[in-house]
Amino acid sequence: MKNKSLVSINDYTKEEQLRILDLAQEFEQNPVQNILQDYVVASLFFEPSTRTRLSFESAVNRLGGKIVGFSEASNTSVKKGESLRDTILTIANYSDLIVMRNPIEGSARFASEISPVPIINAGDGANQHPTQTLLDLYSIKKTQGTLDNLHVAMVGDLKYGRTVHSLVIALCNFNTTFHLVSPVELKLPSSVKMHIKEKNLAYHQYTNMDEVIPQTDILYMTRIQRERFSDPLEYERIKNSFNLSHDMIIGTKENFRVLHPLPRVNEININVDASPKAYYFEQALNGVYVRQALMASILGIK
Amino acid sequence: MDNKNIKELKVSAIENGTVIDHIPSGAVFQVIRILKLESFGNMVLFATNLESKKYGKKGIVKVSNKVFAPQELNKIALVAPHASIIEISDYQVKSKKIVEVPDEIRGIVKCFNPNCVTNIEQVSTLFTMVDKEEIRMKCHYCEKITTKKTMEFK
Repeated sequence: MKNKSLVSINDYTKEEQLRILDLAQEFEQNPVQNILQDYVVASLFFEPSTRTRLSFESAVNRLGGKIVGFSEASNTSVKKGESLRDTILTIANYSDLIVMRNPIEGSARFASEISPVPIINAGDGANQHPTQTLLDLYSIKKTQGTLDNLHVAMVGDLKYGRTVHSLVIALCNFNTTFHLVSPVELKLPSSVKMHIKEKNLAYHQYTNMDEVIPQTDILYMTRIQRERFSDPLEYERIKNSFNLSHDMIIGTKENFRVLHPLPRVNEININVDASPKAYYFEQALNGVYVRQALMASILGIK
Repeated sequence: MDNKNIKELKVSAIENGTVIDHIPSGAVFQVIRILKLESFGNMVLFATNLESKKYGKKGIVKVSNKVFAPQELNKIALVAPHASIIEISDYQVKSKKIVEVPDEIRGIVKCFNPNCVTNIEQVSTLFTMVDKEEIRMKCHYCEKITTKKTMEFK
């Protein structure tokens, strides 16, 4: 996997994804190693990000690597009208690997085609965010002991949530049963359902989560944004039915865990946080190990 | 001269070259653009709103002294899915075939997503066809699906 850019989750085969997860486990046991000391990683964030950028930078720092880059485009040559092509070709001279977030969809694929150094897509608009998918897979595997044959419920904005789309597509390799809970207006798009159907997997759709929770192994919560609704009254009517509180997870399976890509707003009450079944902050920590594994693998060190 | 020949003569015959027949009337000018005939040096004849038994109305394009590569011609399947391609040699039909919707479309169609990199940077578009019947194609870059309804030519 040396020099293999990661733009979309499907750029890596199931075996390659599993290899990253195995490697991430090694890094979890030994997160501070001096293996990147001869490497420079460019971290190009054309739009703000907290978790993704900091976890990449934390991952590099803990492995002794150097980082160059920016956390917003406003004080770079992009502001002067430089094309993405020129920015990438220039920065590739200064680094061994480029991590990029950019609001333009398809920008990461384009960058990977022109860049002489590998690209990791850290989010291209509403399109793809594959390192989130890998850390979600890692979190599921770690809490369940397996990725195979699980019941996974996805809750919230399934129409626009890119993390949901990529995770559904990735889980289609593992005989998952999907429980899709969303307002009618925010159902999973047919382009994503197509992947479930291709693999002949079971999926069920709901408009509230009460009956789903007792059956599932993983409850993957996402945020519903007000601006997604054409009718604001509709948002007011449904918003509370997609919020999780502690009383709702009483009596769930022993292995049941709540995941969330974060940031959360109201969709998980803070009274859930203290439960051993709340896993979203550990999930965010897993992002560091997964990104360490990915970078070490792409740089050909592991 | 029977009726059939009179109809044929509405557009003069060509000695050598390619005839593209059964083009939907509204798509003749798009076919001309896709095949870049606007800047072509040889004789090009075309007609639109001709009567057709099969389709009601149709268009036709005749290009003199030019044989197109199949991948070139298949691009017009996007706007003329039932077009026939007739190769003419010495006024005779040398071969006749129907266009095929290609697996990949490079360069000629715009991605409908305004936030796609192909609409912002200088990069040519590339689509893979996911549904040849309905014409649904997936952008290689932003991965969104452009359909017949949202399709625009560059």
